[in-house]
Amino acid sequence: MGLIGALAKTVVFAVPVSATFFDLIGTVVAVEGVSMQPVLNPPECGNSNTDYVFLNRLSVNALQFQRGEIVSLVSPFNPSQRYIKRIVALEGDTVKTLDKEKCVLVPTGHCWVEGDHHGRSVDSNVFGPISTGLITGKATYIVWPPNRMQRLEVQPAGEQRVYQTKACFAQ
Amino acid sequence: MAATPLAQSLRTALLRVVQSGSILYCTLEFVADFVFCSGPSMEPTIKSGDVVLTEHISVIFNKIRKRDVVICKSPKSPKDYICKRVIAMEGDNVYNTESNNFTNVRRGHVWLEGDNKDNSSDSRNYGQVPYGLLRGRVFFVLWPLYRAGPLGLDTEKSF
Repeated sequence: MGLIGALAKTVVFAVPVSATFFDLIGTVVAVEGVSMQPVLNPPECGNSNTDYVFLNRLSVNALQFQRGEIVSLVSPFNPSQRYIKRIVALEGDTVKTLDKEKCVLVPTGHCWVEGDHHGRSVDSNVFGPISTGLITGKATYIVWPPNRMQRLEVQPAGEQRVYQTKACFAQ
Repeated sequence: MAATPLAQSLRTALLRVVQSGSILYCTLEFVADFVFCSGPSMEPTIKSGDVVLTEHISVIFNKIRKRDVVICKSPKSPKDYICKRVIAMEGDNVYNTESNNFTNVRRGHVWLEGDNKDNSSDSRNYGQVPYGLLRGRVFFVLWPLYRAGPLGLDTEKSF
């Protein structure tokens, strides 16, 4: 009885405290897929190329986002699915889509997200700008495997497709 | 060195605070919480100033259905929450009375409208909303006491 009691006490403590920590402060998730190559799951690591990243949840609650940050978000098509993408443009920006066919104005409260691996990513080029309310965390570190441990840098898009004004339409 | 009784009781007290705070947080975040509603858009079902009870379980398990009253992050301003009724779900064709055209609700989306059609900013203005923005389902009016009770599914229920 003493053992079961102690075990129950530990569970009643550990489960809510860890759930609160994961929800409020941050959590570690495995990255699936190739859409963020070469930064995440680089191809040269072969079959064992699954990276685990730390998702910072605290900074998402503040709803402050920058161009170039890597974020996880709830898929707009399926609420049970999560994507990891990079924020390319913020509200008020204009973006030329990857196929160069049209310019999109990012509406208030929204952002434009893309995978780094162009052409192999389901992102805003498919589903359009997303509400920032769908963002669940900022990926700030690779924490596993050990030889890949590093900070994830904020990298704004290099090519000139993103305009912090309506300039895209003027071209 | 052994812990002094004072240090030990402080440590126990701190763990108790962390534990009860976490249980409270998980309950409000994953089970049910209170929401103070303001604005006329859900009248007569919910009036401005009402306090309602919402549950998160239906949202977490994808069990939200048509006619449910839900709390949702505003798509234009994610720090704000809106209270509306689910009018249509993915695959449905819904008639937009503001722009006079039909919209096909996309996969993973819902169409939200206030019960007070003349005084509500909703999907008729900003379009369909991703399911991922939903937070809870309203199931009980808690305050004011004379209207307190479970929330019916029918729009026309007046108190």
